[in-house]
Amino acid sequence: MNDTVGIVIVSHSKDIAKGTADMVRQMVGSEVKVAFCGGDPDGGLGTNVSLIIDAINSAWSSKGVAILVDLGGAETNSEMAVEMLEPERRDFVVVCNAPIVEGAVMAATEAAGGSTLAQVRAVAEELSAG
Amino acid sequence: MSLQPETFKTLVKVAAEQVIASAPELTSLDQAIGDGDHGTNMKRGFEAVLNKLDAISEQPLHEALKTIGKTLVMTVGGASGPLYGSFFLAAGEALSHSKQLPDDLAEVFGSGVSAVSARGRSQAGEKTMLDVLIPVLETLKTGTGRPDLIEQVRNTAAEAVERTAPMQATKGRASYLGSRSVGHVDPGARSSCVLVQAVCASLEGGQ
Repeated sequence: MNDTVGIVIVSHSKDIAKGTADMVRQMVGSEVKVAFCGGDPDGGLGTNVSLIIDAINSAWSSKGVAILVDLGGAETNSEMAVEMLEPERRDFVVVCNAPIVEGAVMAATEAAGGSTLAQVRAVAEELSAG
Repeated sequence: MSLQPETFKTLVKVAAEQVIASAPELTSLDQAIGDGDHGTNMKRGFEAVLNKLDAISEQPLHEALKTIGKTLVMTVGGASGPLYGSFFLAAGEALSHSKQLPDDLAEVFGSGVSAVSARGRSQAGEKTMLDVLIPVLETLKTGTGRPDLIEQVRNTAAEAVERTAPMQATKGRASYLGSRSVGHVDPGARSSCVLVQAVCASLEGGQ
């Protein structure tokens, strides 16, 4: 079986993260590994580096992982999480500059076709261009 | 002034307690121009630091700073976690490369400030914690070795935090408010000021 790029969804709200993952699943079923997390370490609105690391490892694929985030803290915490991964994984994880819901659905759809991490990222980030 | 293990332990304890005590103020500042979680986030992070205080104070200084950084990264739960975390991780890293305190204080502090700037992709004048950290760094550069350094640092931090009020935020959640962020002190600048002043107070008290 050909591996596909994994998708990680990081929102400040666990409900948004889960809802986004549900929409991704509707598009791509189980062809693509999808993981999500949301909420601060006490369960309030926020993001949590430890949960993001777990999500990346759970969606791990030899083709890499694309992360979709909502607001600033989710991006900063995701970048921090990537740096704290095992060294051999760090270069195969990207944080996409894209809207979280549309970006996740587009990225997963592209990933399902067997695209590379760079292609998946480019499709998601087209949504933020122009 | 040399930093003995007991002095360092007291310093971390005082700094953490001051941040925890200022949580309501930080939250109130953040409610004005952000999402209102800065106080609770910082409180959670520094409570975690306090819980590890005994272990932290037994580590060599550079390792202790890294442990503080990692603890903040893992527990704060907002952008300030990676920002403050990166400060302490980078400062610890700088100290591990044959830098000594207090002689290289400005250089070690500067490594932390650079890490915050890189992590937040932010510069001076954008209404962030850097608007306190950068002036403090400048004071450390020019004042290291002077007998009134601690007082200078304390004054620099206090003045710098007030100067964030007229700034318009272009980074972080406050930037969504555009010109409406003007007139409010930045919560991250305020928490940096609390930390810097707590360290000053602890060092003065211990001398």
